[in-house]
Amino acid sequence: MTLPNPGRKPRVAVHKFSSCDGCQLALLGLGEDLLQLSTLVEFVHFAEAGPVDPGAEVDIAFVEGSIGTAADMERIREVRAKSRFLVAIGACATSGGLQALRNLAGGQAWIRAVYPRPAYVDCLATSTAVSRHVQVDFELWGCPVSSRQVTVALRALLSGVQPVEERDKVCMECKRSQMVCVMVARGLPCMGPVTRAGCGALCPGIGRDCYACYGPAENANAEALARRMEASGIPSAAVGRRFLSINSASPPFFAAGIGRMDSHD
Amino acid sequence: MTEPRSIAIHVPVLARVEGEGSLEIRTRGRTIAELKLRIFEPPRLFEKLLEGRDYGEVPDMVARICGICPVAYQMSAVHAFEELFGIDPGPWVRDMRRVMYCGEWMQSHALHIHLLAAPDLLGYDNAIAMARDHPDIVRRGLLLQALGNDLIRLFGARAVHPVGVRVGGFHHVPARSDVAELHARLVAAVPQAEALVRWAAALDLPESEQHFVSVALRHPAEYPMNAGRLASSAGLDAASADFTQHFAERQVAHSTALYCFLHGKPYMVGPLARINLNLERLPAAVRVVLDECRFSWPSRNPFHSIVARAAEIYFSVLEAARLLRDYSVPRAAHAEVVPRAGVATAATEAPRGVLWHRYEVGEDGRITAARIVPPTSQNQARIEADLRHSLETLGLERSDAELRQRCEMVIRSYDPCISCATHFLDLRHARD
Repeated sequence: MTLPNPGRKPRVAVHKFSSCDGCQLALLGLGEDLLQLSTLVEFVHFAEAGPVDPGAEVDIAFVEGSIGTAADMERIREVRAKSRFLVAIGACATSGGLQALRNLAGGQAWIRAVYPRPAYVDCLATSTAVSRHVQVDFELWGCPVSSRQVTVALRALLSGVQPVEERDKVCMECKRSQMVCVMVARGLPCMGPVTRAGCGALCPGIGRDCYACYGPAENANAEALARRMEASGIPSAAVGRRFLSINSASPPFFAAGIGRMDSHD
Repeated sequence: MTEPRSIAIHVPVLARVEGEGSLEIRTRGRTIAELKLRIFEPPRLFEKLLEGRDYGEVPDMVARICGICPVAYQMSAVHAFEELFGIDPGPWVRDMRRVMYCGEWMQSHALHIHLLAAPDLLGYDNAIAMARDHPDIVRRGLLLQALGNDLIRLFGARAVHPVGVRVGGFHHVPARSDVAELHARLVAAVPQAEALVRWAAALDLPESEQHFVSVALRHPAEYPMNAGRLASSAGLDAASADFTQHFAERQVAHSTALYCFLHGKPYMVGPLARINLNLERLPAAVRVVLDECRFSWPSRNPFHSIVARAAEIYFSVLEAARLLRDYSVPRAAHAEVVPRAGVATAATEAPRGVLWHRYEVGEDGRITAARIVPPTSQNQARIEADLRHSLETLGLERSDAELRQRCEMVIRSYDPCISCATHFLDLRHARD
């Protein structure tokens, strides 16, 4: 990406779709660094922080949340048209998020079953990733993304280079930190071998098994891990639920999980 | 005499609230014909997607309802299951959960006061602009926010969707050295937190005396967080298991969030309601500062919520410091858990108010039905009532810009978290 003319701060927008707002906190929770950041870029749309101008042309758009309504589908196209570089942030924007579990069950049936007046509710049967609707220039995975991920990506863009994608597995981060493997040492169903790095191996760091909130790593062998878990005595349906959770709509996790959920549920 | 007029104020995206909503008002002459706080957060159907899940998966799943108060969702869930399973996690877990919850109150309230609410009151569009003229105030707020986040990290490894909470207790025991460092920072922050309350109390807040019912938990000895009975300023005293005997939700056409009523009437939850009902449970140091306010407590002015939030930050700093002062390492981070079938319910005090959970659990520990009533859907009807009152008091003859600004201030004073206001009725109720 080339920077705008010297003398003009790059214009940044933060858009929210269907989400918990947690990924925006990667910016709002920066503390004093947020004030510093505001000297480098101009936030022209960031409703939670104050500026509201969703239709403004921007250099960089951060998009949080999945596409879950007909209005969202329209809005994401407008965001794309007005943004030079579009970054999808967080599990909702990159895979459809936890709420993509409704894709498995037939979302409209759920809505009809639980809202007394479903006609009042604009809700698609599916929750989908931003990249299913428009071209995405870069994805930051994680539920939530961290301040470090967002600022590193932003810094790269401000320097005029493509941000580097994290492709390693959590196991690599875990080993580098010299933590004891919770799968080998304690037999826990850790998702680290198939999960994208970036969190800093937080769960093994406190002695629990990773639950894959950063989504699938590059070349994740999800099926092999699922069989390994079953061989260790974990019921098939429970293994299926490990894969069909926060990133259920990501293809490798979906493939490993879907048959197993059906077998017992 | 002014001519009667018909105006429509449409604020499509509310700035500085968590999540997105909008407000539509139609007035005719001196009366409000229509007032709708629209929540257009798409439904995420959380309660439905919890069905079939193991109880142990629930704390990490419900955290995702709200990025700003994930600890509250985890707490209401673990308390519900422990109550059903007959587990007492013991005093260490109990105290440390309170410390973690203090962290969430601190970061959530500090975020709201400094980044969302204060710009209104000091005449700025946003906190970044405000920081240029009031750097020390913004810095103090960011410091308290960071301290709260670090308290959550102490137990949960990260501040948003922390990973340390489980049914029965925690996944790990924080090291003494980490606790000692945070304790020192808490002690150092006490004067800053006290100064924050005085600053908030000195703000030029609009007069807005109103009649409303406050609802919060009450505990026999403590300022409420994880435990207590449901209480109201109208005399309610009920176990959280009996929530539905007193509170009922309704769907309305203009919002995906449900509206919750107490005995058919709007009510308020959150920091102001908590203080109104629990003033004598606050430490003396906090009460002394509140007694110096120009107004008296309990307060009937919802704009005083910002002072209540500041007071709860001060309380949280003192409480977390007290609980970490004589920190000891327990034998285990959690109690053993054996699930049993039945109905699990619990209410805890999220930063924005009472958060009620109910789960039906099968023999195998899996969820067969879930229901979650978050604070913002409880406040929704109250916010609309407040908007009517505030606009009619201000005078509908005022300019659209003035009316719009007042509406935004009213809504923001409740700190609505629209992401978590999204859920649906219990299946059985829906079909009645």
